[in-house]
Amino acid sequence: MEKKWFTISVYAENNVGLLNRISGIFLKRHINIESLNVSKSEIEQVSKFTIVINTTEDWTRKIVAQIEKQIEVIKAFYHTDEETIYQESALFKIASHLLFDEPQIQNIISESKSKIVTVSREYFVLAKTGRRHEIDEMHDNLEPYGIMQFVRSGRITVSKAEMPITTLINEFYQS
Amino acid sequence: MSMQTLKEKKPESHNETSIRISGAEAIIHCLLAEDVNLIYGYPGGAIMPVYDELYKFQDKLQHVLTRHEQGATHAAQGFARVTGKVGVAIATSGPGATNLVTGLADAQIDSTPMICITGQVPRHLLGSDAFQETDIIGISTPVTKWNYQITKAAEIPEIMAKAFYIAKSGRPGPVLIDITKNAQFEEFDFSYSRCIGVRSYKPNPKPDTAKIESAAELINNAKRPYIVYGHGVILGKAENQLRTLVEKAGIPAAWTILGLSAMDTDHPLNVGMVGMHGNYGPNVLTNECDVLIAIGMRFDDRVTGNLDTYAKQAKVIHFEIDPAEIDKNVKADIAVLGNAQESLDLLLPLIKENKHEAWHNKFKKCYEEEYNAVIKDDLYPTKEGLTMGEVIEEINLASENKAVIVTDVGQHQMIACRYAKFKQTKSNITSGGLGTMGFALPAAIGAKMGAMDREVVAVIGDGGYQMTIQELATIFQNKTPVKIVVLNNGHLGMVRQWQELFFESRYASTVMTNPDFVKIAEGYRIEAKRVKERKDLKPTIQEMMASKEPFFLEVCVENEDNVFPMIPSGASVSDIRLK
Repeated sequence: MEKKWFTISVYAENNVGLLNRISGIFLKRHINIESLNVSKSEIEQVSKFTIVINTTEDWTRKIVAQIEKQIEVIKAFYHTDEETIYQESALFKIASHLLFDEPQIQNIISESKSKIVTVSREYFVLAKTGRRHEIDEMHDNLEPYGIMQFVRSGRITVSKAEMPITTLINEFYQS
Repeated sequence: MSMQTLKEKKPESHNETSIRISGAEAIIHCLLAEDVNLIYGYPGGAIMPVYDELYKFQDKLQHVLTRHEQGATHAAQGFARVTGKVGVAIATSGPGATNLVTGLADAQIDSTPMICITGQVPRHLLGSDAFQETDIIGISTPVTKWNYQITKAAEIPEIMAKAFYIAKSGRPGPVLIDITKNAQFEEFDFSYSRCIGVRSYKPNPKPDTAKIESAAELINNAKRPYIVYGHGVILGKAENQLRTLVEKAGIPAAWTILGLSAMDTDHPLNVGMVGMHGNYGPNVLTNECDVLIAIGMRFDDRVTGNLDTYAKQAKVIHFEIDPAEIDKNVKADIAVLGNAQESLDLLLPLIKENKHEAWHNKFKKCYEEEYNAVIKDDLYPTKEGLTMGEVIEEINLASENKAVIVTDVGQHQMIACRYAKFKQTKSNITSGGLGTMGFALPAAIGAKMGAMDREVVAVIGDGGYQMTIQELATIFQNKTPVKIVVLNNGHLGMVRQWQELFFESRYASTVMTNPDFVKIAEGYRIEAKRVKERKDLKPTIQEMMASKEPFFLEVCVENEDNVFPMIPSGASVSDIRLK
């Protein structure tokens, strides 16, 4: 079966140790987590894990079933890139003198549609939100001039289809 | 904000009256409230406050001191497997906790309800590499159904109630609760109510009636239907439903190693064991049936052999409580999620009476072939050396098929699971999924304590016996009348067999120079006998079964016997070898 990018969205109780339990399921199958983001979700006191992996759909389905089996997990879903709206964020810390010494930098900033978050005498910081390849492209463009620090966030995703967590929770309280 | 870690529903009869007690005492009250009156364990620094309370409550809650924490877990498992209740083991922090890991892994893979309680260093020392501190939550996460670290006494009732609910509901499994020492000392207002539901956990999926109807239609139209039943039948208390289905539709049924004893082994339609060392017919005919009905089993690789050639011709119906098992190894044409009893109760009224005599005769014919090639010489050998099979057969005869048989791992286990006879469910206790050597002796202690009215016979190899041999002291101290049969072939027999067959007889580290097992048992004041000749076997086993005391029997069996039939690793069930 063909390997693809899948985004797994896990809705779970906000408990200490759950990240360890979930990551162990990938470890057990020797699958690398390409990107991980943990945040609050649209539901109060429910956390959302967004995990990106590159593997077959068959394995993704089995992994999602094993994640869902964990006691604290309310529900887990997986989607292909086409089924989601997704973004990543990146920060670039760059020496301030380059703004004056290297005119090309200003073009990169405007073409990349990134924002200058802060400027000091020594450095300025660029923030870029977008698809992975856009961030990679900006990184490649800036790299020849020297990047003091770089960081990119995990992917964050919303699905085009519904993820009916509230319904599930209501069913529990009504049953 | 609520301190609830898992959102739950409160039962209506919530008892609001509270008493002010320590966390340690609260743990005892929680156990008593869950009808626990027997636990296994080993004391140590970080769990001492709980042991102090156990001392005070010893008339209500019996604590059995094992000689190693691993023994405590296996004893708790043996108790759980024979009773269907939650087994409880308790240990201190650090090495006490890490010694539980094998038992937790065993209980996890064999779906055994167990709760392990560990002491932990005080909260203010967590993460400081304090004396006997270990991250048992981190360590036990992959081998527990759930685990939790309690750092405040006030958390104890809620967490303990959830631990019991989670351990025993749905597909059962082990739960570890780690309790810091400060939480054991702290006083708080205690009240207890059982947990009746956790919102993120759906243990009992309701069987889909449309799928049940499709399953019934497939079964009713099948020409060569075949049932493989597993542990889920026992855990789901579906033994009667299974027998009714088998009889009503006339379907041959075979057991997995953990399904064994769910159905009378002498039932004419109970055709044997599947898997690597299972019976000939149940394996080869898997690839001839037209409908394969899997009930409460998970298509383990030791059952299926090569998946690419497993039951490809058959429509597969999978009755299973755990959604993660559906299509994990074998793709089901119809998957019915739910408890086995509930699912079969819905299925049975839709099933038409039927007989499949010609199909059943194929199993009988295969059995004849296997009998002549293997079974006859296993059970009624004409050679001089004793066989493991004849020992099991003598136990069957002496116990009238009524004993609980507890086995370890290896050749003797396969022989026992092939030849032991059972009339009653929950009677075959073995380490199936994990294959834990050292399981049997402590598990037999727990099994006996859980079924004092029954004979419990531990059948163990000379290798596995020495992994937990110290539990003889537990047997002696508690005068637990288990019968211990060590089948001594002077080798790690199963590994030696593989070396003979697949590694050109290079017996790397499988030859055992053994001590005098009879003297060792006698050192523990346990009556002990050794049998070397066939003429002594029957009378000694009869003597053992008649004894009301613990009894040790060493049987010196042929050193280099092999277990057949055998599906070589990675081969198809069709390629099972009779020799």
